[in-house]
Amino acid sequence: MAVSENAARGFRFPYAIRTERRLTTPGWLPIATTIGALAVAFVIGGVVIQAAGGHPIAAYEHIVQAAFGSLGVFNDTLVKAIPLILVGLACTLAFRMKLWNIGAEGQFYLGAWGASAVVLLPILPATTPRPIMLATMAVAGFICGAVWGFIPGFLKAKLRVNEIITTLMLNYIATSWVLFWVFGSWSEAGFQMSPQFPKSAWMPRLLDYAKQVKIFSGMTLHAGLLLGLVAVVVVWFIISRSRWGYEIRLIGDNPRAAYYAGVDIIKNTVLVMMVSGGLAGLAGMSEVTGVVHRLQGAISSNYGFTGIIIAWLAKLNPFAVIVVSILFGGLIQAGREIQPSGVPRMLQGIILFCVIASDVLLKYRVRVVRK
Amino acid sequence: MIDWIIILQAGIATGTILLFAAIGEILAERSGVMNLGVEGMMLIGAMTAYSTAVKTGHPWQGVLYAMLAAGVLALLHAVVTINFQADQVVSGLAINFVGIGLSMVLGEGLSKAGAVSLLPVWTVPLLSKIPILGPIMFTHHSPMVYLGYLLTPAVWFYINRTRPGLHLRAVGEYPSAADALGINVYGLRYLYVFIGGLLAGLAGATISLAVSPGWFSELTTGGQGWIAVGLVIFAQWNPWRAAAGGYMFGALRRLILDLQGPQTLLWFKNPFFYAPKLGFFLQMAPYVLVIIILIIGSREAMKKRMGAPAALGNPYVRGERGL
Repeated sequence: MAVSENAARGFRFPYAIRTERRLTTPGWLPIATTIGALAVAFVIGGVVIQAAGGHPIAAYEHIVQAAFGSLGVFNDTLVKAIPLILVGLACTLAFRMKLWNIGAEGQFYLGAWGASAVVLLPILPATTPRPIMLATMAVAGFICGAVWGFIPGFLKAKLRVNEIITTLMLNYIATSWVLFWVFGSWSEAGFQMSPQFPKSAWMPRLLDYAKQVKIFSGMTLHAGLLLGLVAVVVVWFIISRSRWGYEIRLIGDNPRAAYYAGVDIIKNTVLVMMVSGGLAGLAGMSEVTGVVHRLQGAISSNYGFTGIIIAWLAKLNPFAVIVVSILFGGLIQAGREIQPSGVPRMLQGIILFCVIASDVLLKYRVRVVRK
Repeated sequence: MIDWIIILQAGIATGTILLFAAIGEILAERSGVMNLGVEGMMLIGAMTAYSTAVKTGHPWQGVLYAMLAAGVLALLHAVVTINFQADQVVSGLAINFVGIGLSMVLGEGLSKAGAVSLLPVWTVPLLSKIPILGPIMFTHHSPMVYLGYLLTPAVWFYINRTRPGLHLRAVGEYPSAADALGINVYGLRYLYVFIGGLLAGLAGATISLAVSPGWFSELTTGGQGWIAVGLVIFAQWNPWRAAAGGYMFGALRRLILDLQGPQTLLWFKNPFFYAPKLGFFLQMAPYVLVIIILIIGSREAMKKRMGAPAALGNPYVRGERGL
């Protein structure tokens, strides 16, 4: 931090800004800097929207209204948050080990494909009872996502191939793979989508119970939310309460120490990438069974990439992933009607940027001192 | 029929995009800073170049602004990673998101802009008369292609044979030693991250004003920025290998398009013509190839015990232990 020392020499300002390394970080500080970073990000985003000829205040008002304004839209926000929670967890687990899984998008697609294959190949007949059908689809989605995570994990562990690039390339391969099926064998009447799944492959939704509970009518929130919440607890348990999680954190913080402590880095790399991929695959499964009810080319609105931002914003804490996912679900949900159309993407980027920039305040104390 | 001359000629043109982006990234990484935001910077460059050309009618002005816009984005990365010591991977991803989102917001409606003056097309006299090489390398190419021919040897010479190039390598391999010798580690890292941004912007401008003119939102770059980042690893931070890889990928992209056209391939029925859905496997090919060359590259690097600049990814803090 060489900025401060001579900054004010020119005109003899009586105060100087000093930065010094923090020895301890108070517990409230990460939350405060994150909220501060969010505020700064929205201001910067507002300036850009204004410059692009939009109306920032109106746009933000619209986002809040269209995401959290009523029970109905909050339902939609939660539906969007479900895949984000799962994908955010996928990134959280991998990032804890400093494994840069940028491939959640592709793993999401593969998971959706695997789940769809159960119905479309078909592996199970349409008359299968719903619990068996959904459980099989979840397992298939998890496995396919895990396979997509295994490839970069294995290459990284055995051949030291950079996982950032391989996971990214696998994203493109995964979308082409899904397109091959929805344009080809699974196409419905030549359209680029599969036929609708039978009802037995639909995730239960709140509106299914509208007869018993009046308020549920029209609510599309599906059981994927439960899947996500269970996954949060499982990932939290793995990371914070299990021996395996201790190894993961050790490798992430200090791979050399982990190596000397006898932790099997190769095995853990492959395993973490597989579980991470599996979680992203589950997100794909929950999206096709809970929302779209068919396989099509565009099933993900960049969920895989948003997961990266969510994991980072949540400071790799599984429970915080829920809160951040709901916020970002709202942003995506409301952003669909905002012009220009890139606003949510841009805001996500600016938010991530401000959050990582604000992390410097966790490491350093900034003080104004009298000369 | 497949015309190999045309495929290779198009390969050189498309490959120039990857060449610029990869060489820019090589310079940044040689100084110890990895910038994964190449895709986003290219997209900002492509958008700025195209919209400037639309507004002013001067494509060269568009190229200049494109470079500056991407350079500014790169400077953000420099501040956060060099001063604030943030993780270079995450910051690079953030640069990407900002670049993609910003270019979508600012480029809204640009795809319907209408006729635009693009970069000229030059044929080199004399050289274009050389058999085979002439039509491939020196005929009907944009000036950017010729700039690429000059840039590759120039950057190689600069890195490996000049004093500033030595300083660049020192900063990336052993910053504390470089600092002790009086080399400005922070300043040089800023400089080369900025230059990397300028070249990514140039790559973007090459797309939108020369190779595949127009603005197609985020599809304009189509993952080429990421391929460039992969190429850097394959190229082992050597501009010559980056150029060769870039041209190879360019040719492959064109080959994929051309393979789907003819009814017969050699003496066989062309499967891609009769079953268009197989074309999706062709579209996977470049990405599969990136993974394959990364595997080959890393095996080679392990055998020769060479690899990334030693300080790549590590922030330098004066007076702290470590590299």
